[in-house]
Amino acid sequence: MGILDSIPHVHAVPSHRPWPRAVVTEVGWQAAIDRLVEGGLTLLGFWGEPTAVHMAMLDGGSAEIAVVTYECTAGAFPSVASRHPPALRLERTIHDLFGLVPDGADDLRPDLRPDLRPWLDHHAWGQSYPLSGRNASRDVRPYQFLPAEGEALHQVAVGPVHAGIIEPGHFRFTANGEHVVRLEQWLGYTHKGIEQLMQGADLEAAAKLANRTSGDSAVAYAFAFARAAEAALDIQVPRRANHLRALMAELERLANHFGDIGAICNDASFALMHAQTGILRERTLRAADAAFGHRLMMDVVVPGGVARDIAADGLMALRTLLAEINKVFPRLIELYDNTASLQDRTVTTGIVKADYARQFGAGGYVGRASGRGFDARRTLAYAPYDELSFEVPVLDTGDVNARVWIRIREVEQSVGLIAQILDLMEPGEIRTAPAAGRGGCEGLALTEAFRGDVLAWLRLDGELRVERCHLRDASWFQWPLLETAIEGNIIADFPLCNKSFNCSYSGADL
Amino acid sequence: MRKTLLESLTHGSLTEPAPAPDDSALAELAAKVDRAAQARLGRSLAIREVDAGSCNGCELEIHALSNAFYDVERFGLRFVASPRHADVLLVTGPVTKNMRQALERTYNATPDPKWVVAVGGCAIDGGIFRGSYACVGGVSETVPVDLHIKGCPPSPTDLLKGLLALLEHVSGKR
Ligand code: SF4
Repeated sequence: MGILDSIPHVHAVPSHRPWPRAVVTEVGWQAAIDRLVEGGLTLLGFWGEPTAVHMAMLDGGSAEIAVVTYECTAGAFPSVASRHPPALRLERTIHDLFGLVPDGADDLRPDLRPDLRPWLDHHAWGQSYPLSGRNASRDVRPYQFLPAEGEALHQVAVGPVHAGIIEPGHFRFTANGEHVVRLEQWLGYTHKGIEQLMQGADLEAAAKLANRTSGDSAVAYAFAFARAAEAALDIQVPRRANHLRALMAELERLANHFGDIGAICNDASFALMHAQTGILRERTLRAADAAFGHRLMMDVVVPGGVARDIAADGLMALRTLLAEINKVFPRLIELYDNTASLQDRTVTTGIVKADYARQFGAGGYVGRASGRGFDARRTLAYAPYDELSFEVPVLDTGDVNARVWIRIREVEQSVGLIAQILDLMEPGEIRTAPAAGRGGCEGLALTEAFRGDVLAWLRLDGELRVERCHLRDASWFQWPLLETAIEGNIIADFPLCNKSFNCSYSGADL
Repeated sequence: MRKTLLESLTHGSLTEPAPAPDDSALAELAAKVDRAAQARLGRSLAIREVDAGSCNGCELEIHALSNAFYDVERFGLRFVASPRHADVLLVTGPVTKNMRQALERTYNATPDPKWVVAVGGCAIDGGIFRGSYACVGGVSETVPVDLHIKGCPPSPTDLLKGLLALLEHVSGKR
């Protein structure tokens, strides 16, 4: 049974590919929320337009996806977040950008009243509701953090400028001595207005913006954006291009996992591991540079295929890299496994409950360390992963240690994937040029970034210009879980927990 | 662990890897930075990094400066945790409007004499995010900039070259 069979809808939008999108009335919208609340469906994305809101949902069992659209004729929509918490930050964002109001704002029952505190809007843009297309202004009030009451509680405010070389965000800890009672995050500091910059951009310019949504996932974003455009335009990508894309995606995963495994250990005062994985990360970036001409492989994946083929000596560079990893990495795993001082910090620290991971649809190692086995490469089996063999490691302890182990196992899988692709790759075309003149169309795609699934949704006009594009990082559904994971832990363990998540700021702020 | 430690000790230095063209350029650069830092400053330069809304690509390459290949600390270049300990602010990003005040405050918290280095295309003029309602566009529109390092993101070698230029600049001013 398809997702939309159980959701009453007015009509399906014909030009939306590859999954259906349907316009619903309040009855259908509430039915969709019911399914999310029951756990039958997982919220994949929730975004706005000046007069409509969209929700993308996944049926994990059948790997089906559907989008439902509610037209906000009165500038309002039935609140999702007041019934399904994972929608909260997205709902606040929709209000910030479009001025659309979640219904129930005047509800007298405080628990059911939608949260209208600004999320991305820090009252610094010089305008309210910048994507609404109208000039309205909103109340400016000091930001209210959620309260925590009790004797001997105190607050610690951290950020947006942190001590390390990391992205800006604000963390408000309420602590009892060293123990964290509540953590509340406030992000938005890196909001760059990417969705507005996308509007009216041609495919090439828009792909560049997608590439720079979150620098550590440049390939994954470019890949998701390209696949959404290809779905919309209904074009096939040459086989070789798919292989090259996956090579880049796995190199990106390797580089990030190496960097993070080391950084987590470093936060547990084990610098040796950091130094060693730093070497592997650098070797990976150099191999990427040799093969694709850019260390982070920006602007290589483009709609229709890839912009350039792998360099002549790139294959050799990648094989040398694999040999080096195979030689060094097993020893590093042993080192991690046998260092009691490290385990002492990572085992049972920062636990994400399996129920929360499922409810929030947590992607990547955060979900997989807490029993949620979703991996877009496997569940949605997009090319070329449909023809490659690999495993998706899943654990259920949900602590920092489990997240490290998932990454370790994923490094091994990526090495295997790269080796398979190198063996499979054949000469051939690398790009199908997208052709204008098809009329308006819409596409949706999910790709697996190192930290979880990236969703890209776009609508193109007949001239291959972007009318509307929404990009959703896995972090949207992971950041709130970090708030729960740190509760009851000591503040000093926060860096460790935080690093084991390594959520994106830029990817979530856009 | 002992095995890994011993091997690291006997492995030889990674900062002098097999002679590839970029590595020799790095070695040459290293020698120059070293001389400039020690001869002219006689002390180290403390750097505070500020992400003013970057995509995080620039941060990844700034991080790489501390790995075993580049190891900037050997030149007396150190990343510090507080602007109060810093001589240099290394600023990335198109300066989002949400970060402008934090950047100003960080600048004001940095003691004189101080230098500001804008890193990456975004930090120069907003780069690809230029013209957005949410970005100021260019670090120099918020705080005075002494040096720009181009690239999207600049490679660690580009960053080192830029920092060398800064050392020359600083020696002229101090
Ligand atoms: S210059 Fe490029 S890499 Fe650096 S922050 Fe800007 S977009 Fe990202």
